[in-house]
Amino acid sequence: MTVAVLAVQGAFAEHGAMLEELGAQVFELRKAEDLERHFDGLVLPGGESTVQGKLLRELGMFGLLQKKIEEGMPVLATCAGLILLAKELSNDTGRYFCTLPVTVKRNAYGRQLGSFFYEGEIKGIGQYPMEFIRAPYIESVDKEVYVLAEVEGKIVAVQYKNQLAMSFHPELTKDSRIHKKFLDMI
Amino acid sequence: MSKQYELNKELAQMLKGGVIMDVTTPEQAEIAQNAGACAVMALERIPADIRAAGGVSRMSDPKMIRGIQEAVSIPVMAKCRIGHFVEAQILEAIEIDYIDESEVLSPADDVYHIDKTQFKVPFVCGAKDLGEALRRINEGASMIRTKGEPGTGDVVQAVRHMRMMNSAIARITSMREDELFNEAKEMCVPYELVKYVHDNGRLPVVNFAAGGVATPADAALMMQLGAEGVFVGSGIFKSGNPAKRADAIVKAVTNYQDASLIAELSADLGEAMVGINEDEIELLMAERGK
Repeated sequence: MTVAVLAVQGAFAEHGAMLEELGAQVFELRKAEDLERHFDGLVLPGGESTVQGKLLRELGMFGLLQKKIEEGMPVLATCAGLILLAKELSNDTGRYFCTLPVTVKRNAYGRQLGSFFYEGEIKGIGQYPMEFIRAPYIESVDKEVYVLAEVEGKIVAVQYKNQLAMSFHPELTKDSRIHKKFLDMI
Repeated sequence: MSKQYELNKELAQMLKGGVIMDVTTPEQAEIAQNAGACAVMALERIPADIRAAGGVSRMSDPKMIRGIQEAVSIPVMAKCRIGHFVEAQILEAIEIDYIDESEVLSPADDVYHIDKTQFKVPFVCGAKDLGEALRRINEGASMIRTKGEPGTGDVVQAVRHMRMMNSAIARITSMREDELFNEAKEMCVPYELVKYVHDNGRLPVVNFAAGGVATPADAALMMQLGAEGVFVGSGIFKSGNPAKRADAIVKAVTNYQDASLIAELSADLGEAMVGINEDEIELLMAERGK
């Protein structure tokens, strides 16, 4: 199976390496022509959502990717990726794919001094090392959204149909169980 | 290694493939963010003006930095003088996202850099070659950038520093393991850092290009030479059309191998910063702090 990793800015290489280790074919999306290639799954990596959202639109990839997500293509989204998918952002006027019916708060834990590590439970996976870097969290979800993990009362990972999204960074750990779960969705 | 240091290195990973822009006002910070900057560097004067003004150059007014923190949602960095750990403490106290212990400002200490392991906030430092980079990492830097020659609009030194770094990494990668001990001694760095470079063929932290980048082509050149992202200082707000140039540099960094796109991006950008050639300048900032 082939996975496309959005590579306009951020920590995309880390996702690619982890997916290749699990046996997937991986290529990068940097401009509209890259979307002509066939792919079975999509990764929206961490980075700056303002940069990624702008480049998605201006490099001509936004509409087609949104359509693919709406039509059911499996997506793994981390940190900035979660912000790109969210239907609502409570503290930002920007809106991107709007395919995930949740409300997300950007930079919810403050600046870099608020970044932290937490080992906690993810439903169906077990204890998992979570890296939160200037991270967002999910303030509220629609009732069809399945909550996978919470940290101190805040939702940090969800699944909704074909979309698997979290505010932390599995690609920065050596634990590939979340990427495995994503490949199993394809 | 502390967990905070890991988190600090990881923030640099999130900046990869992006452009960090020098800004002096909240308005400039917004222009930078709207143009697609992945972070901004808040400073009172951009390097070209520091160079022109002369005199002692210090950390910026915390009030001015706070104004920029309030204006944008992307990470905000600020510079302190080499060795000036109290300026660094102040920047940590106002919760800056990254401190640049920078040769652009006048050094406060001509022997010692800041012991960056004593801070929770991350540091980026400049380096001309692999030895400098590993010494800064050993002191606790969680991100490296080439020094280049700030405020000149001349990319030659950034190119030279990136090539020196790359060739040293290639040389160490091809060494026998028993040769690494002597290499560590020569560079005045711990064996473990040299071993990391030998085994992985790269620095243990993210490495950006900085100093003299003025055009989309300059930025793409540094990316093709192996930079993981680019700092642009004077190049944007000293040019004729900052918003358009900033936007073009961001896109050139994302698609740094696409010559036809960079050709389009390079068209009609208005005047580039005038620039000074390296042999016309008297003050070599890159020689500060080794």
